[in-house]
Amino acid sequence: MSRIVGIDLGTTNSLVAYVDGAGVPRVIPDAEGRKLLPSIVAYTPNGVVVGEAARRQLARNAARTVYSVKRFMGRGWDDVREEARHVPFEIVPNAEVVRIRVGDREVTPPEVSAQVLRALKLQAEAHLGEPIERAVITVPAYFNDAQRQATKDAGRIAGLEVLRIVNEPTAASLAYGLQKLAQGLIAVYDLGGGTFDISILRVKDGVFEVLATNGNTHLGGDDFDRAMVQWLLGDIRASHGVDLSTDPETLQELRLGAEAAKCRLSSEERTALTIPFDGFTYRRDITRAELEGLVAPLVEATLGPCRMALQDAGLATGQIDEIVLVGGSTRVPLVRRRVHELFGRTPHSQINPDEVVALGAAVQAQILAGGITDMLLLDVTPLSLGIETLGGIVSVLIPRNTTIPTMAKEYFTTSVDGQTAVDMHVLQGERELAKDNRSLARFDLSGVEAMPAGMPKIEVTFLIDANGILQVQSKELRTGKAASIEVKPTYGLSEAQVTQMVEDSFTYAEEDVNARLLIETKTEAETVLNHVRRALKQADHMIRPDERRSIDQAIDALRAVESGTDRDAIRERTIELNKVTERLAEAMMDAALKGAVGSRRADEILKEK
Amino acid sequence: MANYFEVFGLPRKLQIDLDALQREFYELSRRYHPDFHHGAGAEDQARALATSALVNRAYRALRDPVARVEYLIALEEGREVREETTAKAKVPMDLLTEMLEVQEALEVAKSSGLTDEASERLRAERQRLQERYQAEEDALIAVGPEWDAALDAGGDGKPLLERFKQRLAARAYLRTVIDDLTQAAGEDEGGHVAHRRH
Repeated sequence: MSRIVGIDLGTTNSLVAYVDGAGVPRVIPDAEGRKLLPSIVAYTPNGVVVGEAARRQLARNAARTVYSVKRFMGRGWDDVREEARHVPFEIVPNAEVVRIRVGDREVTPPEVSAQVLRALKLQAEAHLGEPIERAVITVPAYFNDAQRQATKDAGRIAGLEVLRIVNEPTAASLAYGLQKLAQGLIAVYDLGGGTFDISILRVKDGVFEVLATNGNTHLGGDDFDRAMVQWLLGDIRASHGVDLSTDPETLQELRLGAEAAKCRLSSEERTALTIPFDGFTYRRDITRAELEGLVAPLVEATLGPCRMALQDAGLATGQIDEIVLVGGSTRVPLVRRRVHELFGRTPHSQINPDEVVALGAAVQAQILAGGITDMLLLDVTPLSLGIETLGGIVSVLIPRNTTIPTMAKEYFTTSVDGQTAVDMHVLQGERELAKDNRSLARFDLSGVEAMPAGMPKIEVTFLIDANGILQVQSKELRTGKAASIEVKPTYGLSEAQVTQMVEDSFTYAEEDVNARLLIETKTEAETVLNHVRRALKQADHMIRPDERRSIDQAIDALRAVESGTDRDAIRERTIELNKVTERLAEAMMDAALKGAVGSRRADEILKEK
Repeated sequence: MANYFEVFGLPRKLQIDLDALQREFYELSRRYHPDFHHGAGAEDQARALATSALVNRAYRALRDPVARVEYLIALEEGREVREETTAKAKVPMDLLTEMLEVQEALEVAKSSGLTDEASERLRAERQRLQERYQAEEDALIAVGPEWDAALDAGGDGKPLLERFKQRLAARAYLRTVIDDLTQAAGEDEGGHVAHRRH
């Protein structure tokens, strides 16, 4: 069986980890030793670039460089309308699954995430020297069914079998638990780049029992940056009289500057921000107090979910034994202070808050592989699951914070004589009216035998698996026949769409590889041309005129195809140019050697070796 | 399929040692959780999933003294119920009479807006009802030992079921009124309706 890796697919950065032979979870670095892969994908005219290379495209190629795509996973246009105004890439208004337009291509969030996952897969394969096909991927605990499904789809598109979707705070608790760093009643406060989670767990005898979870899937470090950018825009307007709010590349520069300043202000009281723009350079000192003033409302917004989770767990703040901090945004001193005040206890973060989730995912992967048998994770479903009943009221089938896997049964019948199909609307959320909750899917039960109204008794089983994902089965009790169900996910890709994307990913992967090869060939041709040009300047007099003529012809021939896309032609003519300049190279070498060792020819010297 | 008491190897009694229940829950989870059946065949995996779901539901119902009573009633009456539904019984008359005053306070708040005086009154009423709610719950749980004793004596516990149902109905009714008061007082956190657990 191949190894299972743990992946933290983050809003800002992503990581891949595994448990080594000694049972220690480790983050897998890339070839340059970097552990954090920026979750950024740039769709350049020459192919797709991921990570650090894509990050460098953020300002240069803003419209085609997708970042923070996690905030769009499993969402429809109505959910992201506001979000879409803040990003420099174009979101295509599509009710079911939003799409991002990058050049002449439209991609869905799972496809963008798949690029990040594929990069991590390659990174792990290069490091471990073996193919990686199976993974555990983490998601925010407060992710709904559609967001979880979208993450699973991303894994499939990337060529990974996703064995388990694990909640990020729970994964973190596993990493802490493995090292016995946390026992008793634990609160995991996880503030990442785009999402916030709070989970309350009881850790006892190797069992990690989640008691309650709460959060906000649209609150994180990105929002801190955004608040800073708005403030900086106002300041620039006041001090330089220019409005920069409409230029995507400028906004991106500002965002990157603000983000860096925010990070520095976690350890410094004051920092200088310098951003060069067309015509002027913007300079400003920012103090930690100013930053705190800007983000205070956002930090406050995390405390409500903390209280709700405690209430659902039936606990008071004073009963929590330990508070664990997860996510890069918990480095902000104000966050630590407010968490400390809420729980009346110092929160800790012995394990690097950027790495702890990936490490925990690796631990869960090891549990699934059978490598760890004394640890067990009992997680919960974050949102209540219900169906719409008469009058648009929701009838709850599975309350939030129910331990998963779990199931509920519901019975349906027909209302008209001879009716052969019944439909139902499944929702997630805590509100009483269907319209205020998150629509999950509509199910069409068909193939019900024609009977008088009210006679059929259709039993529908709703099962939430250990991934927090819903499965539905149905049976007509009188005939015992399984009624067929057609699922129409409200926000998500259909099975056919995902299959298509898996296929596309192969096509595009090939295209991307071709694009990369073409770039390499062109670079090679460029290098050879430059060499020859320099050589001719120095040593034109050393070759015969006919030799010079054939070199010029070869140069022209290469130049004629160099800017095109015919890689073979470029390569052939590069080789040809190399061949006709052999004499030139030899002559130069001789001249160089003569200068150094007198009158002997190069081959004579070489023979002596 | 086994009933929730059988899942834990327990008699149909209402007094349960919660520490022992938790230990047994962890034990059963270690045995059936899908994580430990990952390498197994599809059939074994499906069975583990179904059993694990049953164990989780059973634990959820039995660890909570009120949910435990609700489940017992359903079981005794041979009904398949969901956790959320409360047994149908009439709300006691005296409670309804008592509520007239509360309804009046609500009406005042609705018609004349939330004056300081009105919201003060709503809060006071809510406080009183929350105490009443707790008392109703305590009384419900206090009937538990009687049920267990009747079972031990080999007698008929059925008449007790009606008492349970009345208490449950009163409690559910109080919950609704308390929620209405919370909403009227404008203390509804972020539009989140307090979860009606039982």
